This record gives sequence, C-alpha cells and structure tokens, in this order.
Amino acid sequence: MPAQSIWTLLSWGPEGWSDDIAYGALITIALALATLPIGLTIGFFVAWAKQSEEPSLRAAANIYTTVFRGLPELVTLFLFFFGMPILLQYVIRLFKPEATIDVDSFIAGMIVLSLIFSSYASEVFLSAFRAIPKGQYEGGYAIGLSTWLTMRKVILPQLLRIAFPGLENCWLSLLKDTALVSVVNLAETLRNAGVAARVTKHAFLFYSVAALVFLVLAILSSIATGFILRSLGRREAR
Amino acid sequence: MSVSQAISVDRPPPRARGWPRTRIVGYALVGLWILFGLGILAYLIYAWNGEFFARYAPAYLQGLWTTLSLVAISMVVGAIFSLPVTYGRMSKSRFLSGLAYCYVYFFRGTPLLVQVYLVYYGLGSFRLQLESVGLWWFFREAFNCGVFAFALNTAAYQAEILRGAIESVPRGQWEGAASLGLHKLQTLRKVILPQAFIVALRPYGNELVLMIKASAIVAIITVYDLMGNAKLAYAKSFDFQAYVWVAIVYLVMVEILRHGVEWIERRITIHLHR
Repeated sequence: MPAQSIWTLLSWGPEGWSDDIAYGALITIALALATLPIGLTIGFFVAWAKQSEEPSLRAAANIYTTVFRGLPELVTLFLFFFGMPILLQYVIRLFKPEATIDVDSFIAGMIVLSLIFSSYASEVFLSAFRAIPKGQYEGGYAIGLSTWLTMRKVILPQLLRIAFPGLENCWLSLLKDTALVSVVNLAETLRNAGVAARVTKHAFLFYSVAALVFLVLAILSSIATGFILRSLGRREAR
Repeated sequence: MSVSQAISVDRPPPRARGWPRTRIVGYALVGLWILFGLGILAYLIYAWNGEFFARYAPAYLQGLWTTLSLVAISMVVGAIFSLPVTYGRMSKSRFLSGLAYCYVYFFRGTPLLVQVYLVYYGLGSFRLQLESVGLWWFFREAFNCGVFAFALNTAAYQAEILRGAIESVPRGQWEGAASLGLHKLQTLRKVILPQAFIVALRPYGNELVLMIKASAIVAIITVYDLMGNAKLAYAKSFDFQAYVWVAIVYLVMVEILRHGVEWIERRITIHLHR
C-alpha cells in the first residue's frame, strides 16, 4: 500500500476521513442537544425540591445529587448500558417470555448524561434560587398567583438570568462528557476518529482532529452563550 | 402600652401540619429511594456468590490501590506543573500569558478521554522518535500514560484555582507587605498564600473528587485500576454485580473525601466565624 499523504487522509470522501469525523461531530452535537432540555428540566425540579420547606422533599433531592455527582460518569454509563437490558428483560419476560431487549447506545448515553447534567445543573439552580429575595414569592402571593404561576411568571425568568453563567459551564462539561459514550460504541466524534486511527495507523493525527472538533465546539458555544447573555442583558435593561 | 394592647392583632393561623401536596410528593420520592436501595440490597443478597467474592475482592483492592496512587501522583505532579502555568497566566508579558491561556484552554476545552487517547495511542505512533530520545520505556506503560495525561490536565485546572485564589486576596495585602519591606517571594509565602489557601481549599477538594471520578477512564486504556478490574470481572463472569460493587466503592470514597474536605474547611476557618 502506498503511503498516503496527510491531505488524502483528511480529505472528504471515500479516501479521506473528514466526512466520517464530521458525521461523528453531528452525533456529538445531537446527543448534547437532546440531553440539554431533559437535564435542565430535571435539574430545575431537583433544585426546587432542594430549597423546599418540606424535609422529605429536600432529602430525596439531596440523595439524587449525592448519587449522580458521586459516581464516576463512566460507572454510571456502564451501570445503565449493561444493567438496563437485564432489568428490562426481566420485566418483559413476565409478559412475553421470548422477547429480547437491546439498549441503543444513543438512548443510554442520553439518559446517563441527563442524570449527570441535571445533578450539576441543580446546584447552579439552587444557588440562583438563593439569590432571589423572598419578597418576590410574597409579591406573587399577594397578587393572588398560585405557587406554580409564581414560579413560572415571577421566579423562573429571574432564575434563568442568574443561573445562565453557571449553566454555561454545565453545558461545556456536558459537551465533553459526550466523548465517554464512544466507549459503548456510539459512532460519535471520538469513536470515528478512533476507527480512522486504527485503520490508517495515524493515531496522533486523528485524535488531534477529534480534540480540535471539541475545541471548536467549545469556542462556538462560548460565542453563542455570549450572544444569548447580551440579549438577556438587553431585555433586562428595557 | 394601653394603645398597643387595644389594637389586638390577629396572629396568623398556625401552619397546617396535615398532608400538603409537597409532603405527599416528598414522602413518595423518599419511599422510591428506599425501595431502590432495598432493591439493590436484595439484588446483592440474591446474587451473592462466595466464589465471585473470593476471586475478585483481592483484585478490587489492588485496583483501588492503583486508582489511589494514580490520582495521588498526578495530583502532586499537576500541582508542581501548575506553578509555572499560574505564573504565566498572571504575568504581564503578552506572550507568556497567551501561552498559558492556550494551555489552559486546550486542557479544559477537550475531553479528558481524548487527551488520554492522544498520549497513549497518539504518542505510540512516534515510537521510533521516542526510542531515540530514550523516553519510550515511560510511554510504553499504560499507567504512565494515564499519569502523564492526568497530570497535564489537572495542572490546567489547578492553575486556574491557584490564580483565582491569589487574585481573591485584596491588593492592599501586597501593598502592606511591600511597605513593611518584604520582597515579593516573602510576601507570597507569608502573607498571600495563607489567605489564598482558605479560598482554594474547596476548589482543590472538588478537583480531587473530579480526578478520582475521572480516573475510571484509564480502564479504557487497559490500566487495571478499580474500574479496570470491574470490567475484567464482568467480562469473565458476566455477573452484573461487578459494576454494582465498584459503584458502591466509588460512591463511598467520594463521600468520605467530600466530608473530609468540609471538615478541614470548618477547622481552618474557625477564626472567621463568631
């Protein structure tokens, strides 16, 4: 086999690997974006529970964050990826004896990343909750809003603005954590770069490309969050 | 006196103790957690296998030792390496601070897994060059590659922690020390660092916890740490309890560390509380 130049390896098409890595980058972005709304929602409710006056609710929320912040991401991923089929199989066999279950690695990754993201985001939301004065709740109560309406119309808009910088950090670490899902064979950036590295024996080149993809994603998200932050600030000024 | 008694204010009604919705939800969730815990316990008892335990428990202990030494070495090496990076980040020279900024940005902006692959597989493709420099013996071992990648990574994070802590000490402290005639290094050692350390303790503790958690990924590059041994046990026995046990060990380790750091923080800030 003639030695291929780096430029052939990095070209777009059957000879090169750029298209594969770009496809992997799309999967990475899709995974992170699919995780984000779920994680944010769970994180918000966990934080709400954590600052509630009801001790049992606080305890339940604290157990949640202790577990999912204490476990290594990889261990959580393996627990779900290998454990969920066993559990589901056990349940489904009760109804349909010959069914077999396979867990899609994208779904498993999404669930695990949501759990991890939400437990970190809940800490951010919690400190934002503490920054909102009690008078805001009392004001909502005084004009006759229900607890839920107060939360949605009064607290949440302020909460998001305060929590935004912290959530940006959570988003960046979510983006990095997606790389772990490559371990359970999801064809994302790192996985495809790894395949390219193994086939072409240019490991350093392709892993550098993968690192570059993640760097570019990080830079793009800080540009995007800067944009959002500016528009948030503008809305506040009006 | 009589006026204030005359205006008798109705006390607000005592708070209802019954079963408001939050309490029902809270009890239900705590109940779910208890059920979950009991489920895990029942599973471990049901799946209890003396042979499995006798065979893999020593391996797990060995793995725990590998994990701890990997984290300890990389934390210390990273701490040493973070000093020049911090100096660069805080220096007035454009070049130095730009260089340090790029270093920190790269290591914080890319996944640790990619960095570990870059060192383990990537440097492996420069075998001939490394052999000629006489460094190949170091990068041949997966453990050393793990330590190398982790040390570089944690150096970037620790540099940011250190910089933040030093910058949190007010400028007046530097000026006060200068007016006493202390030179820069003395000021740093006797005045700034003791105050910076209080600020830095919690982030350092968090970094240690993050490193312990992150150290699980060296299992992927064939290091037999705690996670590596769990993977091996699962691959050999197909017994899912391999992962349940390792999760429990990690959880206990992280919790002990977290509470330890909190305890130290309470001790060293005793003079700040009244």
